Amino acid sequence: MMKGLKKWRLFSLLTVMMVFLSGCGEEYLSTLKPSGEVGKEQLNLLLLTTGIMTLVVVVVSVIYLLAFVKFRRSKVGENVIPKQVEGSHTLEIIWTVIPIILLLIIAVPVVTATYKFADVAAMDEVDENGNKTALTVNVTAKLYWWEFEYPNQGIITAQELVVPTGEKVYFNLKAADVKHSFWIPAIGGKMDTNVENVNKFYLVFDKESEGLKDGVFYGKCAELCGPSHALMDFKVKSLSPDAFDAWVTSMQETEGQTADKESSDLGEATFANSCLGCHAVSGSGSAPGMGPNLTTYGDRNRLAGFLDHTEEDLKAWIKDPAEFKPGNLMMNADGTAPIYGNLSDEEIQALATYIMGLSVEK
Amino acid sequence: MSSHTQKKSFGASVWDYITTVDHKKLAVMYLLAGTLFFAIAGFEALLMRIQLMKPNNDFISAGFFNELLTMHGTTMLFLAATPLLFAFMNMLVPLQIGARDVAFPFLNSLGFWLFFLGAVFLHLSFFMGGAPDAGWTSYASLSLYSPGHGIDFYVLGLQISGFGTLISGLNFIVTIITMRAPGMTFMRMPLFTWTALVSSALILFAFPPLTVGLVLMLFDRMFGGNFFDHTMGGNTVIWEHLFWIFGHPEVYILVLPAFGLFSEIIPTFSRKRLFGYSSMVFATILIGFLGFMVWAHHMFTTGLGPTANAIFAVATMAIAVPTGMKVFNWILTIWGGSIKVTTPMLYALGFIPSFVAGGVTGVMQASAPLDYQLHDSYFIVAHFHYVIVGGIVTALFGSAHFYWPIFFNRMLDEKLGKWTFWVFFIGFHLTFFVQHFLGLMGMPRRVFTYMEGQGWDQFNYISTVGAAMMGVGVVMMVINCLLSIKRPPAGRDPWGDGRTLEWAIPQPIPFYNFRQTPLVRGLDPYWIEKQEGNKEGMIYAEPLGDIHMPNNSALPFVISLGLFIAAFGALYSPLGVAEDSRTWAIPVLIIGLLITFGAMIVRSVKDDHGFHLHKEEILEIEEQLYGKGGKK
Repeated sequence: MMKGLKKWRLFSLLTVMMVFLSGCGEEYLSTLKPSGEVGKEQLNLLLLTTGIMTLVVVVVSVIYLLAFVKFRRSKVGENVIPKQVEGSHTLEIIWTVIPIILLLIIAVPVVTATYKFADVAAMDEVDENGNKTALTVNVTAKLYWWEFEYPNQGIITAQELVVPTGEKVYFNLKAADVKHSFWIPAIGGKMDTNVENVNKFYLVFDKESEGLKDGVFYGKCAELCGPSHALMDFKVKSLSPDAFDAWVTSMQETEGQTADKESSDLGEATFANSCLGCHAVSGSGSAPGMGPNLTTYGDRNRLAGFLDHTEEDLKAWIKDPAEFKPGNLMMNADGTAPIYGNLSDEEIQALATYIMGLSVEK
Repeated sequence: MSSHTQKKSFGASVWDYITTVDHKKLAVMYLLAGTLFFAIAGFEALLMRIQLMKPNNDFISAGFFNELLTMHGTTMLFLAATPLLFAFMNMLVPLQIGARDVAFPFLNSLGFWLFFLGAVFLHLSFFMGGAPDAGWTSYASLSLYSPGHGIDFYVLGLQISGFGTLISGLNFIVTIITMRAPGMTFMRMPLFTWTALVSSALILFAFPPLTVGLVLMLFDRMFGGNFFDHTMGGNTVIWEHLFWIFGHPEVYILVLPAFGLFSEIIPTFSRKRLFGYSSMVFATILIGFLGFMVWAHHMFTTGLGPTANAIFAVATMAIAVPTGMKVFNWILTIWGGSIKVTTPMLYALGFIPSFVAGGVTGVMQASAPLDYQLHDSYFIVAHFHYVIVGGIVTALFGSAHFYWPIFFNRMLDEKLGKWTFWVFFIGFHLTFFVQHFLGLMGMPRRVFTYMEGQGWDQFNYISTVGAAMMGVGVVMMVINCLLSIKRPPAGRDPWGDGRTLEWAIPQPIPFYNFRQTPLVRGLDPYWIEKQEGNKEGMIYAEPLGDIHMPNNSALPFVISLGLFIAAFGALYSPLGVAEDSRTWAIPVLIIGLLITFGAMIVRSVKDDHGFHLHKEEILEIEEQLYGKGGKK
């Protein structure tokens, strides 16, 4: 009977866990469905600690419920004065030693993994020609967008990180204004982008993002950075190594690309007059910008990291960026109008068409 | 001469409370002020939960949401939990150790007024151009970037109320060390007094780093000091260290007295002495000590390097050991006892599993590599609310029921109390349990909204429903408190199973507490006397004689008021970096400081020896309170 009861308990516990595991979030966003080595190891640690900790909770709860049920005053009698026990050395030792053992079981993999995840020595390794062997991305977090620079490839992009699968991708993390934090939940744990120093770490992307719902992994800013902190999302596209190399080449080919003020295309001319000061349209050879690099805008999944990638949304954004991302730096000092002034509807329409057409993937 | 007058006009009563140095009246004032700020901060939380009820909600704006989250955290920790615990410490510590008052009654009053006026100053920010909006941690790069005066309010308000907390902490340390009744050795002190002592010692060491941090921040904001401005050679990570060297012990400053309160409630309603008293004392001290060794676990993702992270990870895990000792000792106190499920006991019983749940997620986050995923996600929000609501708020609510008769000589309604418990308790788990999963599913904390289609909608909705239930619970609690005004006097030891000296003292408690200083013969002195059939409840260490009492004084209020006024001057000073300085700022700053220092000089120069209450007067007062012959 007791045995049956225990089995039943185990079964119900498993059922509850199943329910939660099935509802454990979206594959492109959840730490519970990792698609990379770092995230997987972190999930293993989560399972290990959760297992041990659930054991602790269950043991404590069982003793506690037993004590509660057995020693109710209604059971032991109204006028009974219980024996005034001082304590027990044996018990004290037991409940000191057992937790220490449990913690040691956790501490060993924790310390190992701490050192492992911080090992970025391979960042500086070079082959016989003096070229870096590992892929490095310089991430700069800005109010409220992300810039991704690939120093060894000489290319630069924004808002959508593009990486190859199956290799360690190293990151140099820094913030340009206030502190942010770089987090791709489905790939691995976060690291802060400080204002005064560069933080380094690596992530591994196991899976091509193409099969995902939006074709991308979601990235987040995890440190409060002002009104639009919640909207400071970015997206991650993971490609097969060949596709990544092709992407790099097509990015490099955009060198020198620019918008012409004299262009017959109203969109391009408007862009050259009003936008080019902050937003570059070449993915190579251009310096880090005041605003996100728009070379690959047409290939992206989202507008401003979180809005729908449509022309309608883009027009509304150009008209009043502050309505969508309060506190963003596209507004003039008193926040009344965009720094590029108020454009006519015709100009905005042409501009939106032009920007939507910026693409390297064709 | 205060207090023997019977009926007073309203104005006289207010004056009495402004000038009082009586620890019991100050306790009531802490209780009222703490409740007020608890209600405000709770309301802020409800607004935030309404905003997050559904994706893309536009109930409140992004900027205002940041103000709410900042003020919710700051208020709950500094201005609600701390004063509410001080209320219990003020009321109980002198009674538990058999003292007439705290060691420095004047400072006790000063501590309260500094806290209260600092808190009022901080809250005025809502009406004067916007509240602070950089989170309660106020990380330097964002707080220096923050426009307007919000952060200045934060810095100045916390500085003033921090002085108050520091002064009160010192006062408790001296009181507990020097004012114990004869026979009340350290190892006979009630556990609440022990936790009050350790927690006050933590205040003594933890608040100075905060003060330093706030001064540096003040210099940066007001005079362009560049301590944290990295473009001028400053460093924002230093702020993180200073803040968390204070901020982590702060958690223990709050949770240790909460442990102490439960260590009083559980033995009382189990009719059994606390199991493993000496190991409980040891665990308290150890937790207090380790509390200072682990601050960098709040900064695992800051990039301190693997060695620092590994050391702080292991040190943090170590805290689980003494905490576990405490939990097992509580359970073993219940074991073999005679449990009466009153409302305070219900809170204690609810506390154990909730707090254990909060503790184990703490160990998970102590695992540095795992914390890279959990840090600054909703998981951490769930964790610290399990600890703070499950540990501290349940302690406060339970103790309010438990000690209401000590405070006001009235009982709270048991039936309503139990209903309140269930509504609040279920609401609490509903709100925060699902937040663990939100965090694991990738939701960062401190977000004012979220897009749909990320799988977060349902849990956020559940969380908001839970928050509403918690709100209802708090309202029920307040109603219960108000209804108690109409209830009959509770008298001495109304629970019937009181163990410590505060239950032995006759009700209502005269302003001088004990007529004669009691003699303590062991742990749980009142229980010992009751078991030996001593109807008096105490034996005395001295014959009835004159009592030396301190005079009331308005100076603490004046000193605090001066700083309160000066703070407005500092805020709008033309030296500041903000552009809206006022011409009156410097005069106001000077006037405020003159008031403060003037009052301090008056206090120093004027001798105030207090007064003596003569034997005959004591007998007269007791006859008024308890009827002829000392018994009513």
